[in-house]
Amino acid sequence: MSTTATATAAAGEDAPTQIAAESVAGVESTDRSLAEAAHQPATGITGAQSLVRSLEAVGVDLVFGLPGGAILPLYDPLFDSSVRHVLVRHEQGAGHAATGYAQATGRVGVCIATSGPGATNLVTPLADAYMDSVPMVAITGQVASGFIGTDAFQEADIRGITMPITKHNFLVSDAAEIPQRIAEAFHLASTGRPGPVLVDVPKDVLQATTDFSWPPRIDLPGYKPTTRPHGKQVREAASVVQAASRPVLYVGGGVLKAGASEVLAQLAELTGAPVVTTLMARGAFPDSHPQHLGMPGMHGTVTAVTALQKADVLIALGARFDDRVTGQLSSFAPGATVVHADIDPAEIGKNRKADVPIVGDAKETITELIAALTALQAEQGRPDLAEWWVQLDRWRETYPLGYDLPEDGALSPQYVIERLGAIAGPDAVYCAGVGQHQMWAAQFVKYEKPGTWLNSGGLGTMGYAVPAAMGAKAGRPEATVWAIDGDGCFQMTNQELATCAIEGIPVKVAVINNGNLGMVRQWQTLFYEGRYSNTKLQHRGSGGGDTTAPRSVRIPDFVALAEALGCVGLRCETAEDVDATIEKAMAINDRPVVIDFIVGSDAQVWPMVAAGASNDDILAARDLRPVFGADQV
Amino acid sequence: MPRHTLSVLVENKSGVLARVSALFSRRGFNIESLAVGPTENPDLSRMTIVVDVDAQPLEQITKQLNKLIEVIKIVELDGASVQRELLLVKVRAPLADRVTVLQTAELFRARVIDVNTDTVTLEATGTPEKLQALLAVLAPMGIKEMAQSGTVALGRGPRSMSGAGTLRSA
Repeated sequence: MSTTATATAAAGEDAPTQIAAESVAGVESTDRSLAEAAHQPATGITGAQSLVRSLEAVGVDLVFGLPGGAILPLYDPLFDSSVRHVLVRHEQGAGHAATGYAQATGRVGVCIATSGPGATNLVTPLADAYMDSVPMVAITGQVASGFIGTDAFQEADIRGITMPITKHNFLVSDAAEIPQRIAEAFHLASTGRPGPVLVDVPKDVLQATTDFSWPPRIDLPGYKPTTRPHGKQVREAASVVQAASRPVLYVGGGVLKAGASEVLAQLAELTGAPVVTTLMARGAFPDSHPQHLGMPGMHGTVTAVTALQKADVLIALGARFDDRVTGQLSSFAPGATVVHADIDPAEIGKNRKADVPIVGDAKETITELIAALTALQAEQGRPDLAEWWVQLDRWRETYPLGYDLPEDGALSPQYVIERLGAIAGPDAVYCAGVGQHQMWAAQFVKYEKPGTWLNSGGLGTMGYAVPAAMGAKAGRPEATVWAIDGDGCFQMTNQELATCAIEGIPVKVAVINNGNLGMVRQWQTLFYEGRYSNTKLQHRGSGGGDTTAPRSVRIPDFVALAEALGCVGLRCETAEDVDATIEKAMAINDRPVVIDFIVGSDAQVWPMVAAGASNDDILAARDLRPVFGADQV
Repeated sequence: MPRHTLSVLVENKSGVLARVSALFSRRGFNIESLAVGPTENPDLSRMTIVVDVDAQPLEQITKQLNKLIEVIKIVELDGASVQRELLLVKVRAPLADRVTVLQTAELFRARVIDVNTDTVTLEATGTPEKLQALLAVLAPMGIKEMAQSGTVALGRGPRSMSGAGTLRSA
């Protein structure tokens, strides 16, 4: 490979942004010399070599992918690269692994797939990352330029397909563009409101001869994210907060993405206001903090939901007033003046009118809000929220989160998840699939730190947990990573356990096996008179959660499946065995472990606001409507 | 609902039109008319988009458009702008009716661009209202075929949207 120095690209006349390689990906390379070698200009190399060098230069240490015809030229130089490639079993696994990696480490996650079906298998993870604002770069092979548009073998217009589910995407038409497109992709993915970016590279572009130099010019004249909040808006927000008698800090995932947990704690303590953390923000504020009311929304705590309803001021930070939080929008927080801070101006006023809009990065906004409030408090003193806290505490005492043990003696899924959280502790990373187990994992595991709760919030992607856990564990090998999965979800993506076993990524999986698509079954119980149409995942009359039935063959047998995939398989069917089984799994660190927890199939997620209903109509448990009586504000 | 005209400067790259039109359809906004063409700067194209929406959804459309990486600038053109459409219309004009057709054309300052024994093809430019009026007058004579462009528009006064220098031919 020639590494002769060449003249760097002439700077553009319009002084484009130059961004240092390390800051683009936010990655410190572990091997300086390798990283520096990647920065050396080169002539007469292939497009594929240029792409690998670009990934090295931008600071990528790990990618998840699966090769195929169109992307094959890239895999040859990747073989010799400092970038570690994890070979997945399905491209969807690569996509969710990149997301798990990104959410656990805060760095950009990278996945690679070939053209056609390889690329379309990334569609679900891209849509997932787009909804949850995850910094991700997907690189796809494309058929050679001359074949584009001819319905060639394994051709799919992945750029067209992913336009609505990516922050941006590129089709590279010339090998000389590769370093610039890669640098732009990482810049776009990781700055502003983060999101997935797809780079589609035709096979002939990978094979073409080109030159490489780094850093390239980044030329995105239409991309100028606002991170610095407007001072006047911040002062306006501070005076609204200072005058509030029933404020609530409504914290969303943007706070985690901005790394703003510490300043959030300062703001909470400065104002004395209660805090609610959305599904995407669990871990942004310690669950053990006395000002934390828990999660709002459809399955939030009665106190968190009601506090929002009764608030006179909402301070929404990096949150987007999602329908699962607001319930019926027209009756959401009817008396509240809304301060809405978000890095994406399009979120402000999208669902709920903002009285004080602030466009900016959550960390910068909170920091400036603290300064403005400190100045106000110096003049006017700290607002007295004692009366508000009397009400909040009464609600907390009356309607704590809880669950009933199954009457038939079956193992309680909530108990399993609660014990798992207690034993694995606040330093572990928890990834959930989608459904009942996800809600219980959000409710009954106690989160104390950012980056310890990963889930598919916006898209609700069943099958997210196992590959996301793989990505998280690969990115943070020192951490204990638990996937809390349902038996429905687990059957969508468990093949990545083979990847984990072979690549040395010892994740732990707790399958909350109720033998059913549990959340759908819950809705059938509540809204379809118990007509369980197509939600039972086991033979009629067989086991899998139905403890009254004879224990016949389990299909599949998750213990046997785990063993077949190179993992340790354990099974737990009684409350007495829960702790010992979890502890046994905690002691295994050389292989992935799967625990098949056979739980009752009739457990339900409570509290609940029915879809489309007002948050005022929250039910603390089935047929139990909270009575706020004299507390009614 | 009020009519709004958005003038959108975008990077002149492949796929931008698809991105913009897909954004409108996926967010549930209806486009009344859309015209795309070159600008004084070869790197930029101008899209003139007319929408029938209230103020709140208009703000959301503008913000969502601004999020597209290739969108450089958006300006809403209000009353202080010139707005034109182009109409080509083939009207039935046998000898007996021909004078009426030609008089109508003259009245609306439309030009005859094709003529034969049966029909006359007219070219007219103007505001959408003027073209509607012309079509209303021509309709009884028998419109065989017509093609109409979307609105193109520019703000009045010396300022330009791109803020760039004046383009002069060498």
